[in-house]
Amino acid sequence: MFSRAYKTVVTVPPLVWVTAFLLAPYALMFCYSFWSVSPEQNIVHSWNLANYQELFQKAVYWQTLLRSMWIAVRVMLFSLLLGYPLAYFLSFYAGKRKDLLYQMVIIPLWVSYLVRAYAWKTILGSDGVLNTLLQYVHATRHPLDFLLYSPFAVVLTLTHIYTPFTILPIYAALEHIPRNLVEASHDLGATPAQTFWKVIFPLSIPGVVAGATFAFVLSLGDFLAPLLLGGPSGIMISNIVVSLFGAAYNWPLGAAISLGMLVIVVSLLFLSERLEKKWTFS
Amino acid sequence: MPSLNALPNTEAPGKPSAARPTLLSIRNVAKTFGRNAVLRNVSLEIAEGEFLTILGESGSGKTTLLRIIAGFETATSGELWMESARLDHQPPYRRRVNTVFQSYALFPHLTVEENVAYGLRVAKRPAAEIAQRVAEALDKVKMTAHARSKPSKISGGQQQRVALARALVNRPRLLLLDEPLSALDANLRRQMQVELKSLQREVGIAFVFVTHDQEEAMVMSDRIALLRSGELEQVATSREIYNRPATAYVAQFIGHTNLLKGEVRGGVAKSASLAWPTSLPDGSALFSLRPEHVRGAGSSPSNSAAVRVRGRVQHQAFHGATELIRVECADGLVLVVRTASPVSLHDEVELEFSAADAVPVRESPERN
Repeated sequence: MFSRAYKTVVTVPPLVWVTAFLLAPYALMFCYSFWSVSPEQNIVHSWNLANYQELFQKAVYWQTLLRSMWIAVRVMLFSLLLGYPLAYFLSFYAGKRKDLLYQMVIIPLWVSYLVRAYAWKTILGSDGVLNTLLQYVHATRHPLDFLLYSPFAVVLTLTHIYTPFTILPIYAALEHIPRNLVEASHDLGATPAQTFWKVIFPLSIPGVVAGATFAFVLSLGDFLAPLLLGGPSGIMISNIVVSLFGAAYNWPLGAAISLGMLVIVVSLLFLSERLEKKWTFS
Repeated sequence: MPSLNALPNTEAPGKPSAARPTLLSIRNVAKTFGRNAVLRNVSLEIAEGEFLTILGESGSGKTTLLRIIAGFETATSGELWMESARLDHQPPYRRRVNTVFQSYALFPHLTVEENVAYGLRVAKRPAAEIAQRVAEALDKVKMTAHARSKPSKISGGQQQRVALARALVNRPRLLLLDEPLSALDANLRRQMQVELKSLQREVGIAFVFVTHDQEEAMVMSDRIALLRSGELEQVATSREIYNRPATAYVAQFIGHTNLLKGEVRGGVAKSASLAWPTSLPDGSALFSLRPEHVRGAGSSPSNSAAVRVRGRVQHQAFHGATELIRVECADGLVLVVRTASPVSLHDEVELEFSAADAVPVRESPERN
């Protein structure tokens, strides 16, 4: 159908791009993760598993990884709890305001991540909007210090940032449900609540899984929110990777941690794809 | 053979025969979407155990009427009564009415069995009863072998049976069917028409069947309600509506017909070169003459009341047992004639029909 030349022109650039900027760096990182750093701060190209051993033995690494996962899990749950009802309302009850409300979900995505993270800093800080307000109405006497530089701040900010990423796939899944199925359910005697749990929710599971995956994976790898709002107790695994590649100058260990995360994320994506397939019917 | 036309009309329009009690009563129902009037002042009574077909072209409002009965739409005005209770005040899930949807609307995530069990499960019937009733329903529609399949794995005809079982298992008072056969091919469709009709007799539940296919309507129904642009044109038995169409529209929509526009003077109707006796008062009138009521002259014992006309065959369409021919007569009169005897194109033929077969019909006013 298409000429050979056309096929070449179309396929070669993306292949070159993927090889140069994705596959090659990963391969390099893979190699680095088995190398080490000499006391003189040189990379030693001798193959060993020392970095992976360190990763499992030093509490700071796996504990930070666990904390990051726990933060990501909370962000995922809150995003779903906020995103599902909104997507449901949007799809089933928004009527003429559907397009407008949909745009209002999208618009925050156009605003720089940094701006939104800084905005939370302004709101949560000890002289911030929230503390000032709480003291002004005499709800508190002193600024609440757990608001900023804490895992709470990180979870809050990431939830705010990633909720649209859960709304969109859930909304798409809900829009996909033929409305005559809802009518059929009512026709067969199911109340609106029964209809939701027996028809609408099961058929929206692919969207929920996609949204949950977005929120979890994007949060797990985040390093700006913990950097700006996390404080010492809100450090996440990516911050450690950043410092290992930077100030600490231990690229091999940084590469080992990155690969560990990559394994986690890829397995999750694989799992979520299986789940989505299992719950897709047509 | 006595003429069926001569049978007295014992049924009031819009009312089922007196023998069966009324189940559903539709009273002056109207529906407008924005400025668009989809239904206007529709009144109709449906009897227990009756097979009633709502027949109409697309856009006639037939599906809207069905959706109002099911509860998916609210009438702009009018009332629905089921026995002695207002039906239109109840949400769809409280109505003892079930629907077979045009596209079947089977739940894709549930098996055939789970689809059929759905209504009983949400009604929280005991598990043993559910199992038994579901098994019976699947057996009735011959789908037991596919009980554990997902709907996507079975054919359209099979999905149709499952949809039927899913609705009937709840033992509704009234079953609504929204063009359920339209997606099937012609053979399967005819087979399903017969099966559906015998199933309806067997379960004894009132069926309201929506279709745009007049042949299907005549084959299956006890009564046909013909809807045109949101108004009922005629409600009658299949025979009645065919033999005694109330309006020109009904005569043309159901089967083939010749519409003769005529003038009545002193008990004689005149149309083109034709003239025949009639009991209508003086004035202009419209008559429907079925093609099968026009015969070759002299083919039956001579009948003094017969109206005769000569013409030339201009077109013929072979229909198996019979042929439909177009005969051009004098004064621009064209008659469509059903004949079993072979004729050739451009043959000159002499035709006759009985004056009684020219059925006076009302003109159908323009609506939009």
